[in-house]
Amino acid sequence: MTMENFKLEVRNLNFFYGRHQTLFDNCLSIRDKSVTAIIGPSGCGKSTHLRTYNRIYDLYKGQHATGEILLDGLNILSGAVDPLELRRRIGMIFQKPTPFPMSVYDNIAWPLRLHFRLAKSEISDRVQDALVRAALWDEVKEKLHASAQALSGGQQQRLCIARAIAVEPEILLMDEPTSAIDPVVTLKIEDAVRELKKHFTIVIVTHNMQQAARLSDYTAFFYQGRIVEYDRTEIIFTNPNQKQTEDYITGRFG
Amino acid sequence: MKRRGLILRKVQQKIFDAACLAAVTLSVALMFWIIATLFRHGFAVINWELLTEPSKPYGIPHQGIANALLGTVLITSVATLLAVPLGLAGGIYLAEYDRHSTLADLVRLSANVLMGIPSIVIGLFVYAVWVVPTGHFSGWAGSIALAIIMVPIILRTTEDMLLLVPDTMRESALALGISRWRTTLSVVCRSCRSGLVTGVLLAFARICGETAPLLFTALWSHSWPSAFFSTPVANMPVLITEYMTASPFEEQQKIGWAAATVMLAIILILNITLRTVFHRKRAL
Repeated sequence: MTMENFKLEVRNLNFFYGRHQTLFDNCLSIRDKSVTAIIGPSGCGKSTHLRTYNRIYDLYKGQHATGEILLDGLNILSGAVDPLELRRRIGMIFQKPTPFPMSVYDNIAWPLRLHFRLAKSEISDRVQDALVRAALWDEVKEKLHASAQALSGGQQQRLCIARAIAVEPEILLMDEPTSAIDPVVTLKIEDAVRELKKHFTIVIVTHNMQQAARLSDYTAFFYQGRIVEYDRTEIIFTNPNQKQTEDYITGRFG
Repeated sequence: MKRRGLILRKVQQKIFDAACLAAVTLSVALMFWIIATLFRHGFAVINWELLTEPSKPYGIPHQGIANALLGTVLITSVATLLAVPLGLAGGIYLAEYDRHSTLADLVRLSANVLMGIPSIVIGLFVYAVWVVPTGHFSGWAGSIALAIIMVPIILRTTEDMLLLVPDTMRESALALGISRWRTTLSVVCRSCRSGLVTGVLLAFARICGETAPLLFTALWSHSWPSAFFSTPVANMPVLITEYMTASPFEEQQKIGWAAATVMLAIILILNITLRTVFHRKRAL
């Protein structure tokens, strides 16, 4: 038995698209208030793995998962947590920014109002707080009531981060959040993630190994649907146990 | 290798360009020809009295088309009110809830078949199942017939428009713990709002001029539409048919031309206004 504080424990997770199995026996323990990076070549199952944590795959018929994912000890795959509540507690940022067709303000206020009964002043406080924490406030404070779809791509992505943290999740899942974003804004987002780590548990899928090394405390290396190695980030990047991990890190394949 | 002559290739290009230009000119010219013909015959007859007086049997002075105008507005509005919820809900079901089942395929097939059925057949159908059993022609029966024409058009365009919204949009709303129906209405439908309106407009434009279904249902009347559910209701398409084909009197034929011109003008104005309004919204 370990005394460590695990926020999320994945046990023997298998995933299927119809009959085709894409994840095999994934086991992963994610520590509270840490950043965990998931790396690996394209098609290795990184995103699929992440998408089981909030059961977003439920949207598609024919996709199903077996095994256990324990959120504070409760198995979310068996339906122990209501999906609406689960997804409030585990937020997600996608590769492409997806601002809703409404104002910047409403993008954050609308989901907030659906989850909480709040006075108007409280809502605007929380909108501002979320935008500040997503490092976007200064750029949008003059145009809160303009269409969110008029923002630049980098601004839209930070808006999505603000929207996700406004409903007070415990875990943030990020699926290649900066792969469609320019390098300057990427650094801004990374700074924001470093701040967010104090309050949230973050799991980030990334293609960018420097980003994994810069941001994360722990790193899991995926290959062909299996977790090859999972350890502290500095160990994965300096002294990996497995030959496959070393080959990938050093750019010999991938 | 032997080169092909450049001159020949240039000539081919010129011929193709000219053919495209000719086709465009012809179709635009046709539209203007129609407009011009109608206005030439009808414009001089249009005056305030025509637009405010109801139609009357031949020989009585102060002839007008106001009862038919009002009747058409009533019949098409009620048809739209009936068809829009059905068409939208059906399209939402197909795109958001059940894309691949046998039932969904059946619904799609039925909608396609329904769109291909001649409108006169739909008129006959409503005549048989509504007009005959209730014992009277009525504006309501006309609305039912027109609604049957509208539903499949709205349903299919709604489905197509919703499918254009990327799945990542749905996923990001659901990933915030927002329920499925709110995601559908507030995020997905809202994303393609102008497309949904276009579908409704398309269907509306289609039924505005439909004559055959109304001949068997709303029929025709010289009075103001007073009992929409139980008596024949005057309407523009049947007025035009009656006056242009059944009437031997030149005066009534002139009113027929005027009525056709008014219809054309209304549809043109409606189309242009809505298009500019939605074009501006999309640019925002």
